[in-house]
Amino acid sequence: MAKKKAEGYLSAKESRRISKQNRKITNELEKKRKRKNVPESEYLTTMHDPNNSVEFDNLHTYFFTDSGTVKSVDGVTFEVPIGKTVGVVGESGCGKSVTSLSLMQLLQRPQGQIVEGEIRLNLGDKAYDVAKMPYEKLQDLRGNFVSMIFQEPMTALNPVFRIGDQLEEVLELHNKDMSKEKMKARTIELLEMVGIANSEGVYKMFPHELSGGMRQRVVIAMALACRPKVIIADEPTTALDVTIQAQVLDLLRNLKDKINSSIMFITHDLGVIAEMADYVVVMYAGRIVEKGTAEEIFDNPAHPYTIGLMASKPVVGKQVDHLYSIPGKVPNPINMPNYCYFKDRCEMCVGRCDGAYPEEVSISPTHKVSCYRYYADAEKGGNA
Amino acid sequence: MAGVKELAEGVGRAHPEPLNKSPEQVDVEMEKRKERIEQEIHTNKKRSGSLEIENNYTPVTYDDQYILMVNALKKYFPIKGGMVTKTIGWVKAVDGVTFNLRRGTTMGLVGESGCGKTTTGRAILRLGGEKSGGQVLFNGQEIYDLSPKEMRALRTKMQIIFQDPFSSLSPRLPVGEIIGEAVREHNLVPKSEFNDYIDKVMDDCGLQPFHKDRYPHEFSGGQRQRICIARALALNPEFVVCDEPVSALDVSIQAQIINLLKELQQKRSLTYLFISHDLSVVEHISDVVGVMYLGNLVEYGSTADIFRNPLHPYTKALFSAIPIPDPKAKMNRIVLEGSIPSPANPPSGCKFHTRCAQCMERCKVEAPKQIEVEKDHYVVCHLYDK
Repeated sequence: MAKKKAEGYLSAKESRRISKQNRKITNELEKKRKRKNVPESEYLTTMHDPNNSVEFDNLHTYFFTDSGTVKSVDGVTFEVPIGKTVGVVGESGCGKSVTSLSLMQLLQRPQGQIVEGEIRLNLGDKAYDVAKMPYEKLQDLRGNFVSMIFQEPMTALNPVFRIGDQLEEVLELHNKDMSKEKMKARTIELLEMVGIANSEGVYKMFPHELSGGMRQRVVIAMALACRPKVIIADEPTTALDVTIQAQVLDLLRNLKDKINSSIMFITHDLGVIAEMADYVVVMYAGRIVEKGTAEEIFDNPAHPYTIGLMASKPVVGKQVDHLYSIPGKVPNPINMPNYCYFKDRCEMCVGRCDGAYPEEVSISPTHKVSCYRYYADAEKGGNA
Repeated sequence: MAGVKELAEGVGRAHPEPLNKSPEQVDVEMEKRKERIEQEIHTNKKRSGSLEIENNYTPVTYDDQYILMVNALKKYFPIKGGMVTKTIGWVKAVDGVTFNLRRGTTMGLVGESGCGKTTTGRAILRLGGEKSGGQVLFNGQEIYDLSPKEMRALRTKMQIIFQDPFSSLSPRLPVGEIIGEAVREHNLVPKSEFNDYIDKVMDDCGLQPFHKDRYPHEFSGGQRQRICIARALALNPEFVVCDEPVSALDVSIQAQIINLLKELQQKRSLTYLFISHDLSVVEHISDVVGVMYLGNLVEYGSTADIFRNPLHPYTKALFSAIPIPDPKAKMNRIVLEGSIPSPANPPSGCKFHTRCAQCMERCKVEAPKQIEVEKDHYVVCHLYDK
């Protein structure tokens, strides 16, 4: 049997050509973003709905790699309303984290670039388009208006600095005229807020002296230090035990109400999403396949992928002999098909699925799905 | 130079300060010192309990419906310290675990991280040194009494699937070699049938024959876990320890692997010890569930009994913490305060009393014993002690 040439095989020549081309594109984009003293008018924008704190509008984030362009986020549109929690679900590699990193502008540069679309961030009296902001201005936003809780508390904390120093660094950066005493008082207040009883002691400790749950509390305290408007929680409980997870989720829910900010909650655990989120966004291969309120998504999942995802998770109290598993695998991100990305794995295909990628269809004012199965209904109703 | 001179003058003297103490004074000081040392030794002992490991258990007799009988199994790890490196205490990772496992069934072992689930699994397979106490009977044979040669032969009967498929496969070996290495080593099949045998095992685990020449890095997480499963099953074992085999995988891949494990169990009548912290997965795959807390099995019974009627306060708290994928589900969650205490210095009496909402005075001093509440449903708690 002849050895099959591996899928995605590239000759050295081809690879060189691609990387040369990539450099050209990324250099141009980088140059634009690295300019100094950019007038504010260039990235000033208005929110489509003043009740939203973040609006992602047709966001495209690509990674220009040596083996081709990876369209990690390919036309994502959704809103995070003020004071609400939006859950983003999907398998690993579907673009959940890249969406949040685009908002924070923490993409791996220069390969990772936002090539199209807007991310409108509501700052209260004005709104900025984060996708167009120059890099030098971004530091004022990070931590102050948008902050992030990372997945692994051990890697998010610096092992050689004390907890107190690490928390104070955030305050120091954004409040230049704060006195040392005030800063310490605020840090201890923060530690108490996240439910650390021995806050004076923890202030002087190193990260390795704390347990996983405590470390995650410190990371949360760090994210909340400047009372941000938007908190991105990127799988904050994946590395924790169920009992600790329950503690951390409780804490996040209470704190959100206390400082009235929005949470963008990224996870692959549908149980956690059901508990935390008001709105749910389901992503697959860089695109949103379904979005709606939590009740709509869980009671009436419309997209075959969402249905499959829910069926494949065993649920306590529900006995099934054989778990459903979605056949096949995620398509190669470099050569995406030009029809519906889920078609090859879908068991509910209809005739029209061979056509172009389906547009979003509204099932209800808040419930939207990208699937041809709902086109007929929508056309009958006349609101396609 | 002056410093050197001073140093040089000091060299010849045994005592830097002049000896102008009377002999009585010296005696008193010596006495005090002795007392202090004795006290230190005493407190040290108190802190770590006595350094002697208690090993009193009533031996079990072999019952042939059970493939595995674990009786009061203990696995302690020494804490080294002091001037001369010696053992100053023990980390009681597994502290008296007792259960029996029927042939062809699956036992789920759940608990928080650090409670000794994995150590139990490893101790049962005699991986990682000697046990500290108790018995492990595999098909009626105490495995810790076997000679290395006998143990080697027994290894084919008991296998393990590790948690992380990314770090448990050698990156330098092709997949066919990873799966076949042990088969060749144990001479399980004649050389002429070797290739067909590996193909068959791979086919059973959902791998294609042409995958044989590829290396682990060419596979996705789910495929790698299949390779790990194939490696364990190639030896045709009777008993497999699955140490969190699906924790590192995505939900949809998880379902494939769980289905595969269940299929293989029926096909080959395997017995599993399924270690996981994901309770919904454990409920799905297990017939019997054991709940561990700080090195002890606190509750043990059939899956239906445990999940419908959890008895131990810890089990109740653990189950109430499972997130339910239904936004309308009512939550009356028992949130446990704090985190798991250190196994090097576990609380006295019942180890759970520091976090228990129903703690009584008795729990703080007296360790509870295993009680059979219903048939085959055991709990270790004073609340059910009548």
